[in-house]
Amino acid sequence: MKLLQRWKVVPDSDDSVIEQLRERLSNLRIRDVWEFFIERLIWLSGISMIVIVALIFLFLLREGSAAFLDIPLRQLFGRRWYPIEGIFGIWPLIVGSILVTAGAIAIAIPLGLITAIYIGEIAPDWQRDLLKPIIEVLAGIPSIVLGFLGWIALAPLIQRLGAPTGLTIFTGSLILAYMSLPTIISISEDALYAVPKSYRNGALAIGATQWQTIWRVVLPAARSGLVIAIMLGIGRAIGETMAVMLVTGNAANIPDLTPGLIFQPARTMTATIAAEMGEVAQGSLHYSVLFGIGIILFVITFAINSIASRLVGVQEAGQRQKRG
Amino acid sequence: MHPSKYAMCFVLPLILLFALSACVQSVDDTASEEAVEGRAIQNKGSDTLVNLALAWAEAYQSVQPDVSIAVTGGGSGTGIAALINGTVDIANASRSMKEEEIAGAQANGFDPVEIRVAIDALAVIVHPDNPVDQLTIQQLSDIYTRRIVNWNEVGGSDAPIVLLSRETNSGTHVYFLEQVVRQGDDENEDIFAPQTLLMPSSVGITSEIRRNPNAIGYDGLGYVTEHEKVLAIAKDENSPYVLPTTETGADGSYPLSRFLFMYTAGEPEGSIAEYIDWIRGPEGQAIVAELGFVPLNEE
Repeated sequence: MKLLQRWKVVPDSDDSVIEQLRERLSNLRIRDVWEFFIERLIWLSGISMIVIVALIFLFLLREGSAAFLDIPLRQLFGRRWYPIEGIFGIWPLIVGSILVTAGAIAIAIPLGLITAIYIGEIAPDWQRDLLKPIIEVLAGIPSIVLGFLGWIALAPLIQRLGAPTGLTIFTGSLILAYMSLPTIISISEDALYAVPKSYRNGALAIGATQWQTIWRVVLPAARSGLVIAIMLGIGRAIGETMAVMLVTGNAANIPDLTPGLIFQPARTMTATIAAEMGEVAQGSLHYSVLFGIGIILFVITFAINSIASRLVGVQEAGQRQKRG
Repeated sequence: MHPSKYAMCFVLPLILLFALSACVQSVDDTASEEAVEGRAIQNKGSDTLVNLALAWAEAYQSVQPDVSIAVTGGGSGTGIAALINGTVDIANASRSMKEEEIAGAQANGFDPVEIRVAIDALAVIVHPDNPVDQLTIQQLSDIYTRRIVNWNEVGGSDAPIVLLSRETNSGTHVYFLEQVVRQGDDENEDIFAPQTLLMPSSVGITSEIRRNPNAIGYDGLGYVTEHEKVLAIAKDENSPYVLPTTETGADGSYPLSRFLFMYTAGEPEGSIAEYIDWIRGPEGQAIVAELGFVPLNEE
C-alpha cells in the first residue's frame, strides 16, 4: 500500500493499478534510479561505520576476554610486566600511557590554544596566510619521522639536562605534544573563526580592550569547538605508538614519585602491543592479554570521547537556555 | 564532501582488499603443498642472525641461481611463531625452542628440527669513556636485577647505571636472562629489573651505548663496532676475565657463547636441505667468520 502511495498510484481497480504503474515506470528517468542508488550507498556507508566499530569491539572482546577471565584481577593489575615468565601486570603500562599523555597535554593545550588565538585574533593577514599552511604541513609529518627525530636529536639533549638517559616520559611527551599541536591549533582556530564578527564588534564598542574581548567574549563563545580540539588532540596522543616506542625507553616500570618523575623511562600500552604482538603464539594467554590491553585502550578513548561530547552538550544546552 | 562519502572511499577498497586477499590466500596454500621449487625459501627470525642469514642468502645466489631466499628479522620468537603458523620454511633462532613452542608445532602437525648453524659470543658493552673494564657474571646479574645501582660499586665512577636490553621476543634476551641474570641456575627465578630499557633492535642498543656514558648493554659480537667498549667477563671471581673473540668463543673459554640455530618443519628436504648443508659447509662457515661470528667447530 505504502509503495503504491509513493508511486502516486490510485488503486481503483487491479487493471488500472498495473496500467498506472507501467506509466510511472516509463516516466522514470535514469536520474531517479541514480538518486535511489546514491541514497542507499550513503546510507550503507553510514551504517558500515557503526557496524565496523561494533565488529572491532566484538573481535577485541573475543580475543581479549580470556585475559580478564583467566587471570585474577589483582594479578592482572599488578605492578610487574614480564610476559615471557607469565607475569602479566598491566598497571605499569597504564601508568606509562597516562603519564606520557598527560605530559603531552600539559604542553600542547596552552601552546596550541595560544597559537590558535594568535593566528585567529591577533596576527595580521599576511602572517596568518603564512602560518596556517605551515601548521597543516606539520600535521602531515609521519609519526615515525618525529620519533626518529626524537631518538636522534631530542633524547641526547634531555640526557645533557642531567637525566641518566634521554629516553624518558618527558621525551615522549614532547614528541606527542608536537604531534597533537597541529590538530589542536587548526580545530581551535576554526572554532574561533566561527564566532560571529558582531560579538567582537559589540564588545569593542562598549569599550572592552582586545584582550578582554578575546578572553571574555570570543573564547567562551568558541568553547565547545575548543573542547573538541583538545579531545581530538588527546586522542591522537594516547593512540600514538611508534614514536613513543622509540623515545620512552620501554621500561615497564612504575616511576618513583620524585621531582624527577617525568625524567624516568616508561612503557606505554600501545608500544607494548606493537613490540610483542609479533612474538606471541595465537591463542596463548599472552596473546589475549595484549588484546585485553587493546580493550582497555578502547575503553579509555571511548570515555574521553563521551566526556567530550557531554561537556559540549551541557554547554550547548546552557547557551540555548540563555538565548531562550 | 559529506563525511559518509569519505568513509566510502575507505570502506569500499577495504572490502575489495579483503575479498582479494581471501582469493590469494587459497591459491598460496595449494602452492606450498606441492613443492618449494620455483619460489623463494622463506627465512625469518632472530635479529642476531639476520645479517648472517642475508649474507648466506646472497652468497648462495652464485651457488644455486635458481633458488632465491627471502630473509626477514623480527626476533627468534617471531620466527618460531611464523614456523609454527606455517608462513616460513626456515626459522632463525638464537635460543632453543621452548616446550610450549614445540607443543604448538606438534599441534600443527610437524616436529621442528633444530640445526646448529654458527656460534655467537655475546658481548657486554659500555660507553668507551666508562672506566670499568671487566665484570663477573655475578656482578652482571646484580646489575641487571638492580642489587647494584651505581657504577662505583663495580669500580667505576659515581654514576647511575642505565640498563639496556633487547625486547622480550629476542632470543638474546632469553639467553641473557638464563645465563647471566639467573647465572645458569634453573631454580633461580630472578628477572630483569623493571627499570631495564627494552630496545626494539640490536642497533637501538649500540646507538644508546654510544651516546650514554651510564649505560650497559649486550649484543652479539657481530654487531659490536669500535665505538663501544667490550667488557671482559669472568665466570666467577676465581676465573680469568676473558674478552669475547672468535677464538675464545670457539674454544669455550668465553663464558657467554652460544649456538645459533635454524629450525625447519620436519627433516629438511630438497632445496632447503641443500641450502642448510651448504651453510654448515666450509663456504657457509667462512661467511660466519667474516661477519664476526664464530664458525662451528664440530666434526
